Amino acid sequence: MSQSPPKNASLFVTCVVDQFYPEVGESTVRVLRRNGVDVEFDPAQTCCGQPAFNSGYWKEARPLAERFLDMYEGVEYVVMPSGSCASMVRIFYQELFHNDPALLQRASAVGSHVYELSEFLVDVLCWDKNPESGQSAASTRVTYHEACHLRRELRATTQARELINSTPGVDLTEMEQSEVCCGFGGTFSVKYPDISGAMLDEKLTHIRNTGADAVVACDITCLMHIGGGLEKRNIPIRALHLAELLDKRGS
Amino acid sequence: MAEIRTKEFKTLAADTLGDDAVQKHLKTLYSGFNQGRLQQAAATHNWEDLQDRARQIKAHTIENLDHYLDMAAENVEKAGGKIFFAKDSAAATRYVLDLAKKKGVRSVIKGKSMLSEEMDLNANLAKEEIEAVETDLGEYLVQLAGQTPYHIIVPAIHMSKSDVNELFHENLGTDPHAGIEELASAARNELRGKFIQADMGITGANFVVAETGTLVLVTNEGNGRMSTSMPKTHVAIMGMEKIVPSMEDMGTFLRLLIRSATGQRISSYVTMVTGPRSEIEEDGPDEFHLVIVDNGRSKLLADPHLREALYCIRCGACLNACPVYRKVGGHSYGWVYSGPIGAVVSPVLTNVPDAKDLPYASSLCGACKEACPVRIDLPRMLLYLRSEVTEGNTDPSRKSSSPFEKIAMKAWKTSVSGPSMMRLANLIGRFVQMPLAKKGRLRRLPPPLSGWTRHRSFPSISSSPFRARWKKGINS
Repeated sequence: MSQSPPKNASLFVTCVVDQFYPEVGESTVRVLRRNGVDVEFDPAQTCCGQPAFNSGYWKEARPLAERFLDMYEGVEYVVMPSGSCASMVRIFYQELFHNDPALLQRASAVGSHVYELSEFLVDVLCWDKNPESGQSAASTRVTYHEACHLRRELRATTQARELINSTPGVDLTEMEQSEVCCGFGGTFSVKYPDISGAMLDEKLTHIRNTGADAVVACDITCLMHIGGGLEKRNIPIRALHLAELLDKRGS
Repeated sequence: MAEIRTKEFKTLAADTLGDDAVQKHLKTLYSGFNQGRLQQAAATHNWEDLQDRARQIKAHTIENLDHYLDMAAENVEKAGGKIFFAKDSAAATRYVLDLAKKKGVRSVIKGKSMLSEEMDLNANLAKEEIEAVETDLGEYLVQLAGQTPYHIIVPAIHMSKSDVNELFHENLGTDPHAGIEELASAARNELRGKFIQADMGITGANFVVAETGTLVLVTNEGNGRMSTSMPKTHVAIMGMEKIVPSMEDMGTFLRLLIRSATGQRISSYVTMVTGPRSEIEEDGPDEFHLVIVDNGRSKLLADPHLREALYCIRCGACLNACPVYRKVGGHSYGWVYSGPIGAVVSPVLTNVPDAKDLPYASSLCGACKEACPVRIDLPRMLLYLRSEVTEGNTDPSRKSSSPFEKIAMKAWKTSVSGPSMMRLANLIGRFVQMPLAKKGRLRRLPPPLSGWTRHRSFPSISSSPFRARWKKGINS
């Protein structure tokens, strides 16, 4: 358990977790609560606008981004189980609102309170990295895929690895090219499914070569892509969100 | 101008994906050049500061481009050289052809120049019955094969040794199973003859130093030095952004360029040429011409969202780092420049609506930005060009989105416009997926998602989304 004082955090669960992977949202809540966080959830939330923004539909993305700013203005900690959605708010709202100084200012104020889950746990809560390793005998081998936006926009490369390494009974085996994109890229994988598929094939090869039981990442969309690829090829490796792995640590 | 095939991106990319031999070569860019760059960056004192400094110099130079171009022109002329400003590739080509005709040139040797590819210069010289021979080995291979460069730095990365065996057997009469040394010496012998007989040398420009009027060329084969010194006339062609203010700046740029391009600390040759042979020099050309070419670069300069594309020093690091380039290769991009930088500049230098597939040919992973020695924010520019393609806010001539996509995007926007619409979308989605879902997975979907499910299954929409579970209470 963490030694840090209790905090309130508002969970932005992301649209994909909400609609497709609700169990990841539940794990996120449990992990935060176990670390003394009082979790709030605003049921009015929908999407940060990233799918439209990334596809070039900035007019469609702007009202969603404004909606996000309205909802989270003045909130101290907004936590998201996604590096990509956190990057959208923290980094790319600056691009989306480049023509509007007032919104630009609001976006940077709100953005400075937005955290991806692993960042929040390590940088804000000062997660206990040396828990009592009582049940560490039964070992699960996992490998870690670095989500692109988490690495290159938020520049958070160590936090998730620290968290995995501090989880009893879990052995982290690094894959080759863990920092290379899995090929998802949002609508990229719909527009260019075969290019994306070729990138996915390479990623799956690197995952398999580790001999891991599960591949862990901080973004559910990467995992949707990687997990869908594993499932399609009947490869018995699980795609696991970091929150799910950490949830198991506490249970 | 070179042939534009940007419209064919999808089919060209599909061909490359299906070519196992090329796929194998492309993979080596990661283990080779990309890792080489990372090792050099790690071993170079103050690498990050060098990058910052280079970016500052570039930003300053591009903001004051007219000033530095004038300074360069003045100093080239002071050193006895001649200057020509070309608005486009046609004007640049005309200047070179007129000069060649005036001098009675029959044979040209060429140093590597991507700009000459923009001009399709070899073909234009051939029309005037002037033989132009590429002297960079990779370029030479590509020329013999009747192709265009596959990569800014390694033009023949897509060719295997057996391709070269075949090519040299046909063109130079070498043994069809010749070894690498034998092949290299065949190329050397052939090119030696060309160097000796050439009347004109044409090179590109890695940099031109404004304060001295000096042309800087970076090569590993010495062919740049031969091309600039052996023929009586030397013509250097440069994109107008290749200017740097001072010789001191070269310390920064040479360190960054060479390490980022090939993972070397220094290339075998760095050639600096200031004007033609002077009275006290024994070697060098009688005439030196510098052709400064715009060819659409003004459009990049005029658009503040795209201006930093002109900071590019053509090191190729973004190509090596790009997982999409490493799958689709160089020719798929359909014009001279490929990879992330090509996806930004090719549409603008040619025509955005015809090249609208290029800005989307990226997973936006940001590996290019991470690799760029001058920190060019390539993903940001790709995003901006996408918004131009769909909305044309700052340049209506770029707008070229598909109506189907627009409808799909509007429908999606409605579905996430509020929690009640999201509940409705959830219901509709679950109804639609019912006949398709097996054990919570969708293994085969109709278009436009059929491509997706060719390579991966899709999760089904949850009947109890997170918001419903939250309402019921989440067990600790």
